[in-house]
Amino acid sequence: MTQTCDVLVIGAGPAGIAAATTAARHGRGVLVLDDNPAAGGQIWRSGVQEQSQRRDRRRSASLAAFRALGAKLLPGRRIVDAPEPGQLVAAVETGSGVSLETYSFQHLVLATGARERFLPFPGWTLPGVFGAGGLQALVRGGFSVAGKRVVVAGTGPLLLAVAAHLREDGAHVATVAEQAAARRMLRFGLSLWTHPGKLLQGTGYRATLARTPYRMGCWPLAALGQSSLEAVRLTDGRRVWDEPCDLLACGFHLVPNTEVAALLGCRFDGDFVAVDDSQRTSIPNVYAAGEPTQIAGLDAALLEGEIAGLTIAGKPHEAASLFRRRDRERRFGQRLSQAFALREELRTLAQPDTIVCRCEDVRFGQLKDHAGWTDAKLQTRCGMGPCQGRICGPAVQTLFGWRPASVRPPLSPIPLGLLCSQPEEQSSPLPQTSNTLQETL
Amino acid sequence: MPETVTILVNGRAVAMPAGATVGAAMLASRAACRTSVSGEPRTALCGMGICFECRAVVNGILHRRTCQLVCESGMTVETQP
Repeated sequence: MTQTCDVLVIGAGPAGIAAATTAARHGRGVLVLDDNPAAGGQIWRSGVQEQSQRRDRRRSASLAAFRALGAKLLPGRRIVDAPEPGQLVAAVETGSGVSLETYSFQHLVLATGARERFLPFPGWTLPGVFGAGGLQALVRGGFSVAGKRVVVAGTGPLLLAVAAHLREDGAHVATVAEQAAARRMLRFGLSLWTHPGKLLQGTGYRATLARTPYRMGCWPLAALGQSSLEAVRLTDGRRVWDEPCDLLACGFHLVPNTEVAALLGCRFDGDFVAVDDSQRTSIPNVYAAGEPTQIAGLDAALLEGEIAGLTIAGKPHEAASLFRRRDRERRFGQRLSQAFALREELRTLAQPDTIVCRCEDVRFGQLKDHAGWTDAKLQTRCGMGPCQGRICGPAVQTLFGWRPASVRPPLSPIPLGLLCSQPEEQSSPLPQTSNTLQETL
Repeated sequence: MPETVTILVNGRAVAMPAGATVGAAMLASRAACRTSVSGEPRTALCGMGICFECRAVVNGILHRRTCQLVCESGMTVETQP
């Protein structure tokens, strides 16, 4: 069955919600697909412990407006294919397995967000090691960290936010290790006088963490433990020490989720989807908003989503009135990426036996002599597992400078059995889709 | 008191707050989600459905990403071999 809609939005985070709400307010029919179980994306992820989220008025107001305006949300959908222009195929997990759905659209907004960058270091596959945002998401999902001793490490503004939230949820945050040097951070902090709201937010997190050391120019060397995490080996470049802990929350800022844009053939500007002032990509009627266009945070995402929604709704002047604020937020994003640029030492953490590709257990020593991504993939299966290189891809790009190989459908794994049995099982088979998918499997 | 949901993780009952994810329940019960190609126990990493490290057998179905799956009363979950 093909579902037809006027405006299709991929991603129900802030950018997608802003785009959907704006387009719906102007009378457009809007359908939103998201992989997560509920709206909010990652920064506004809903959860069991909602105390901190209930206090977030902007989140509540945005989600309420989104629901009130009648944009339809279908959660639990991940995009796996783009069989022809104006169509996307989503996989949905049901009680008995996975099924495929086809959506055709007049306008498409890609608001696919970002994920954390992970860098391999010895022990990072031990149970007890999580992404920084990863641990926060799991806590929102009901995992209690009360009384647990946690080290937060890596880089980016997310570390401070995660540490503060973990503290509020009862964890003992032993230390926050930010790899960026103090002088860079100072320059970044001073530059925030143009964004007082962000400065205030940072100060608030810092106040929550009053007794927790926030060490700048400090990074993890290894996660230590037999069957699960027992300590993290940290360094500030001069001395090395082991910090005992139950959990490590470690992420190295964010990388954009651009797989759907790449599959559609959108033009890229470096790692990001290229867009014009109105958030249009190089493909007609396809827009991108939020982190896929630049890692610039919540305010940029909301404005970009609104601009995309207004443009689709035929309100170019209203859209143009937001350009200045959007551009200001994008400049904040540039400062972020400068302040939290990765230090060289992080490229030397992995040892020959350190796993780089967690899906296929491919180790650093197996990879380092290959000429590039394609060669390494064919010889070692690096990036060929279920995550399709979403975790190891940014890692090998950092370690070896390899650019990601082109994406192919399906964007995430689909049971072969489903594809083989599909024509008999479904009254409306997906001929183009199943052909494309079967060829690649 | 918040409502709770009980699921079975590797045969052991685990009570979680309503709305909790299966991934959180596996962490609470200290169970590995899956065993890696070289035999390592793995648990959730990204918490948002990207890394596939948290996949486990849910109600007999392989490869379910437990971090994106909300607990339902009586669900059975097993470490994926």
